[in-house]
Amino acid sequence: MVRTRLAGPMAARTPLYGRHIAAGARMVEFAGFDMPLQYSTIRDEHLAVRNRVGLFDLSHMGEVRLAGPTAEASVQRLIANDIARVGAGGAQYAVMCDDAGGIVDDVVVYRDEDSFMVVVNAACRDKDLAWMRSHVATGTDVEDVSDSTALLAVQGPYAIALVERLSTVQASTIPSFHCLFADVAGMTARVSRTGYTGEDGLELYVRDDVAPALWDALVAAGSAVQLRPCGLGARDTLRLEAGLRLYGQDMDEGVDPFSCGLGWTVKLQKGDFIGAGALRRIDPTHPPHRFTGLRVAGRAIARHGHSVRSGDTVVGAVTSGTYSFTLDRSIATASLSPDVAAGAPLSIDIRGTAAEAEMVSLPFYRRPKGA
Amino acid sequence: MPDLSAYRFTASHEWVRLDGGDARIGITDFAQAQLGDVIFVELPEVGAALDAGAKFGSIESVKAASDLYAPVGGTVAEVNAALADKPELVNSDPYGDGWMIRVEGAGPASPELLDEAAYAKVTGV
Repeated sequence: MVRTRLAGPMAARTPLYGRHIAAGARMVEFAGFDMPLQYSTIRDEHLAVRNRVGLFDLSHMGEVRLAGPTAEASVQRLIANDIARVGAGGAQYAVMCDDAGGIVDDVVVYRDEDSFMVVVNAACRDKDLAWMRSHVATGTDVEDVSDSTALLAVQGPYAIALVERLSTVQASTIPSFHCLFADVAGMTARVSRTGYTGEDGLELYVRDDVAPALWDALVAAGSAVQLRPCGLGARDTLRLEAGLRLYGQDMDEGVDPFSCGLGWTVKLQKGDFIGAGALRRIDPTHPPHRFTGLRVAGRAIARHGHSVRSGDTVVGAVTSGTYSFTLDRSIATASLSPDVAAGAPLSIDIRGTAAEAEMVSLPFYRRPKGA
Repeated sequence: MPDLSAYRFTASHEWVRLDGGDARIGITDFAQAQLGDVIFVELPEVGAALDAGAKFGSIESVKAASDLYAPVGGTVAEVNAALADKPELVNSDPYGDGWMIRVEGAGPASPELLDEAAYAKVTGV
C-alpha cells in the first residue's frame, strides 16, 4: 500500500500551519513546504468549490517584485506574453522561456502603479529568482517578497459574496484578471479576481502576520454557506478539470509553450524577449508535440508518464490524470506526437492494462454561464 | 472503532476475519486513510484460486494505485459488488461495508499474520 511522504525536518511552514493542524488536515511536503493535502476528503472539498465555496492556503507560492525605471522592459524581456496590454491593476498569465524556448516557469504578472509583482511556482522560486536577477535590465530591482506575503484563495460560486461581507469593496465589480487593494476583515489585501479552479473567485494577498486572522474571519463568515478549507488534493483535481497546466508535470524546460497548448500566451509581435528566436522557428499549427485532453474509459486513473498508444505504437505520454468528481469519470492530459490525427482512437497503458482514451478539447469543465 | 479482536492483519495493511474455513478480506482503516479518496477497486473473479500472499487485485485512489495481497489462500466465493459503484465504502467503513472478497477453503491463520496490538505497532497509531 501507500506511504504518505511526511514533511522532513527542514520543511517550511506557511503562517497558516497552525490552522491546518488544528483543522485536522493531512499534511504532505510539497515544494519544500509542509502543506495540507486534505482536511476532509478530496471529493468533499472539490464539490464544495464547484457548488459553494472553498478556502485555500497558497502561501507557499513565490512572489517577486520588480521595480525601477526599467522594470517594464525587464518584464517584457522575461515573459513571452505582452504586459504592455495590461494597465495598472491588471494581471496576466504568462510563461518565462529560456533561450531554446523551453518553459522556465508559468507565472501571473500583476502591474501595479510603478512596479510589477510576479507570482511564481513554489518549487521554482529559487530558480526563477536567479533567472530573473541574471536577465533583468540595469535599473530593475528584483525583490523576493515571498516570505512576507501570504496568499489565501477563496473559490466557488459564493466566493465573491463571502468576501464582500467582510469588506467595503464590491468584489463583483473587479473584472477577471484584475485586482485592487482593499480592507478585508480589517486587513489590507490585494484582492484579485483570479484562481486555479475553474470557478469564479478571489485570491487575497496579505502580509504574512495577518494571514491567520484573515483565515479565521473567512472561516467564520463562510460557515453559513458551508465553506470548506481545501487542500492541495482538491486544488489538483479542480485545476485539471479546468484544463489548467501544472508546471513540472504538464510542462518544463524541455517543452515549448506551443507544445503544451499555451501558444495563446506567446506574443511574438511584441518585440524581442528571451526565447523569441527559438519560438519564431516553431510552426504554431504544427509544434513538436500536440497537447490534448483525454477522456479515459473505466475508473482507473491515468497518471503522469503512462504511455499513450495508437494501435501498437507509442505516440506520447500522459502529463496529468485524475478522477473528475464533477464529471464522474477518469480524465487526463497528454503530450502526443504531432502526427497523431485528431480523433484517432488511443489507449493508455495503466499499469499493464490498456484503457481506451478519446481526445477531447480542454477544458473538461467550464463553469455555467452567469455562475 | 469496531471490535477488531477477531481480525488479523498483514504488514501490507490488509485484514482478514476468519470464520472456520470462511475468510472475509479488506484493507485497514490506516490504509484507507493513507490512500485517501478511493476511486476504483479491481477484484478477482468468483471461483479464482488464491495463494496466501498472492496479489488478488488493486485499489486506486486520487493519490495512488496499490496492489492488494491475500492474507490467506483459498477460493474466491464472493466479491463485494457494491464497490463497483461505491468504492468510497472502503473509506467510510473499511472493516464493514467496505470489505472486498470472501474466500472459502481458507487454511488456518498463518502465524505471520498480526493481531490488533501487533498491527498497531506497524502503523505506529
